[in-house]
Amino acid sequence: MADTASFTPSRRLVLTVMGIGAAGFAVGCTVGGATASGPVTQSALGDYVRVGSDNTITVYLRHIEFGQGVSTGLTTIVAEEIDADWSQMRFEHSPADNAKYGNPAFGGMMGTGGSTAIFSSWQQLRAAGASAREMLRQAAARKFGVDASEILLVKGKAEAVGKSATYGELAAEAAKITPPDPAALKYKEASAYEFIGKERDSTKSFGRLDTPDKVHAKAQYALDYHPEGTLVALLARSPKFGGKVASFDDSAAKAVKGVTDVVQISNGVAVVATDFWAAKKGREALKITWDDSAAETRSSDAIFADYKKTFAKSGHEARKEGKGASALRGAGEVVTADFEFPYLVHAPMEPLNCVIEYKRGTSATIHSGSQMPTGDQAAACAVLGLKPQQVTIVTMLAGGSFGRRGTPDADLVTEAAQVAKAVNGKAPVKFMWTREDDIRSGKYRPMSVHRMSARLDKGAIDYWGDTTAIQSIMEGTPFLPPGAVDTSSIEGGFDIPYAIPNIAVDLHLVKAPTSVLWWRSVGHTHTAYAKEHFLDVLAKKLGKDPVAYRRELLAKEPRLLGVLNLAAEKAGWGTTLPAGKFRGVAVHHSFSSYVAEVAEVSVNADGTFHVDRVVCAVDCGIVINPDIVRAQMEGGIGYGLSAILGEALTLKDGAPVQSNFYDYTPLRMAQMPKVEVFMVQSTEAPSGVGEPGVPPIGPAVANALLAATGKTYAKLPLGTKA
Amino acid sequence: MKLNINGKDQEYAGEEDRPLLWYLREDLQLTGTKFGCGVAACGACTVLVDGQATRACVTPAASLEGKKITTIEGLDTPAGKAVQQAWSELDVVQCGWCQSGQMLAATALLTTTPKPSEQQITDGMTGNVCRCATYHRIRGAVARASEIMG
Repeated sequence: MADTASFTPSRRLVLTVMGIGAAGFAVGCTVGGATASGPVTQSALGDYVRVGSDNTITVYLRHIEFGQGVSTGLTTIVAEEIDADWSQMRFEHSPADNAKYGNPAFGGMMGTGGSTAIFSSWQQLRAAGASAREMLRQAAARKFGVDASEILLVKGKAEAVGKSATYGELAAEAAKITPPDPAALKYKEASAYEFIGKERDSTKSFGRLDTPDKVHAKAQYALDYHPEGTLVALLARSPKFGGKVASFDDSAAKAVKGVTDVVQISNGVAVVATDFWAAKKGREALKITWDDSAAETRSSDAIFADYKKTFAKSGHEARKEGKGASALRGAGEVVTADFEFPYLVHAPMEPLNCVIEYKRGTSATIHSGSQMPTGDQAAACAVLGLKPQQVTIVTMLAGGSFGRRGTPDADLVTEAAQVAKAVNGKAPVKFMWTREDDIRSGKYRPMSVHRMSARLDKGAIDYWGDTTAIQSIMEGTPFLPPGAVDTSSIEGGFDIPYAIPNIAVDLHLVKAPTSVLWWRSVGHTHTAYAKEHFLDVLAKKLGKDPVAYRRELLAKEPRLLGVLNLAAEKAGWGTTLPAGKFRGVAVHHSFSSYVAEVAEVSVNADGTFHVDRVVCAVDCGIVINPDIVRAQMEGGIGYGLSAILGEALTLKDGAPVQSNFYDYTPLRMAQMPKVEVFMVQSTEAPSGVGEPGVPPIGPAVANALLAATGKTYAKLPLGTKA
Repeated sequence: MKLNINGKDQEYAGEEDRPLLWYLREDLQLTGTKFGCGVAACGACTVLVDGQATRACVTPAASLEGKKITTIEGLDTPAGKAVQQAWSELDVVQCGWCQSGQMLAATALLTTTPKPSEQQITDGMTGNVCRCATYHRIRGAVARASEIMG
């Protein structure tokens, strides 16, 4: 999802209260605000918080929990304002309903992405928590026969005049209270926080809410849902992107014990069977002839060469400072480098899947771990001829995503619904992707080439040029108006924050049959690398220290400067390292947060290298859960490092070369550095942490290697040797 | 054929080549054992067979007659309990999908090597992939589990 830095919650709140009788009461609210794509004018009413008569407080998540910690983060905000005891907090995924659960940062559509969960929910959930608190206070006042001002609320209880009642005991009464005027709501002072900004302490029961179930195998993911009689479906897709089924022979597949159906759908031929193993053997027995007339036939090297050919003409001007590109000519030294970035696969540990229970012409229920549940609902409606109210989406926990489960074309649910329709809904259909499907079937981080250029004059960078060729992710989706240029492709590049007198950033959007998608930190995955590594290449030529030079160029960027200085200090920048060890630094702003990372890399006599330690400084505004921020930085560093060390999806004659984790190689424990995370103390509104840890790690490592060898590392992945 | 799973005998009458993983997940609803790669390359499906960490995705169920199979649902040895406690204390999990396999790999390691060195932890755990990259905490949690075991 593209950066949505311009989102600012307004103070306009709309509250609703739902009496739910003996079960308790619920509070919802929505916050109007402006997004990157325009103002949100709806006054949608969501139901976000429910206080049960069983004394539980449930927060309904409009965002999916796929590891990033929203089930704890969003719940913490409510727990704080409602004055809960942490042990009574629960979470559930909300139903698919844009009107109630739309994300203001997504133009009101439900969606998880762009590191927006905390950012877009902060004000809304504080208001929901504070409203519920005031209603509980009023309920207690009635019950105790005292003035509301005498009620003390603490850890899930109301107390006054020697009397005490739990929130559960007050819930039914609270449901009758008129909600307070949102404009009059008072929020806690930060100094009184019990949960926000507090360290996890699992022995005192304050930690991730999803930990117990995940440790004790009780967590339920979509792939774990397996109702009686479920049939498993696997789809045979074209080996080359853009290929179509010409004809197929399913006689051998149908002869496999357990195979019940073989059906052709839009993207290939599906084998349906009583269990996974039968479906897999059935799919292997299919004989399909493919029509490759519109398919990709190039190999990766040829695609890179084609991308570079686009540079002969000028592209879309995304940024111009001073004299722009004409400033390449002039006094001093010109430096250029072509940076090449491969396709990357998200490869979440739980392969894509969903379970669809379709009753012909009547209804469908879909269990799925989706980032865009209402988009999936619409896709199912389109395939099955149903209305939204007939299609129930049950959002399950997801085993990772990194962007892959947020598809504007709802590819997974569309294919699943086509299969369910083809078998007339005779049984629940579990539509599965294998790991090979995941690696070989697309929606990759797009390949790209950045042609970096600079002119150095009088001991400084006088001109900075960054020309990129890349496939657009957003073109043709609802996230980009028709005719608009998808500059999210170079987010983090066109907005380069360094004070350089002449800058030119331009963009060449290319078309290709291979499908692409946002991958954890999206455009920043490559722009940060090109920007930060090229800067070090130039700093070296200028004889400048990488940290000192960045400080010079970021003098007017206090938050970037803040994380840079914090990371440099904690990493001991400038102190002597043992022989064979080198440091590299990178700093980057993405998704409204600021991160600097210093990598310490050992380079061995045989040229192999290892990233030993990473010191990370993050400024994400007010920190809700320090340990989840830490976890996201650790994980972001590992995910980014995985890609720059060893991940590439390459094409040969239009077909992916890699198949599974033996040749698309993820980071393993032996490669994981020690990570230290430091947070800037801030009173700014909280911003996201799911993605911003990723962009700086690649260039920080490349810059350490540059310090070791003097080389420019322009082709990714880096591999094992310096 | 009888298979002993978490101390209970189960009758297996499926295909000879069907991996244990799918029998556990689809027939017995023991879904704590996860599918990650299907080719023994990630460890998400790790179970214990007579105490040895084993990849259920490539091990035919029919090859396990007479063996003791332990899944995350039946993990009740001192090492296993210590591992789960340590995983909770350190909030290791993110998405959680690989963590059953991680915890069983850690249990197998600590059962044979109760006081592992840092290198032994890495060697024992590097076969298990975590795309959330919780490796940093897994290292700490294995060491903590060793401490809990005393």
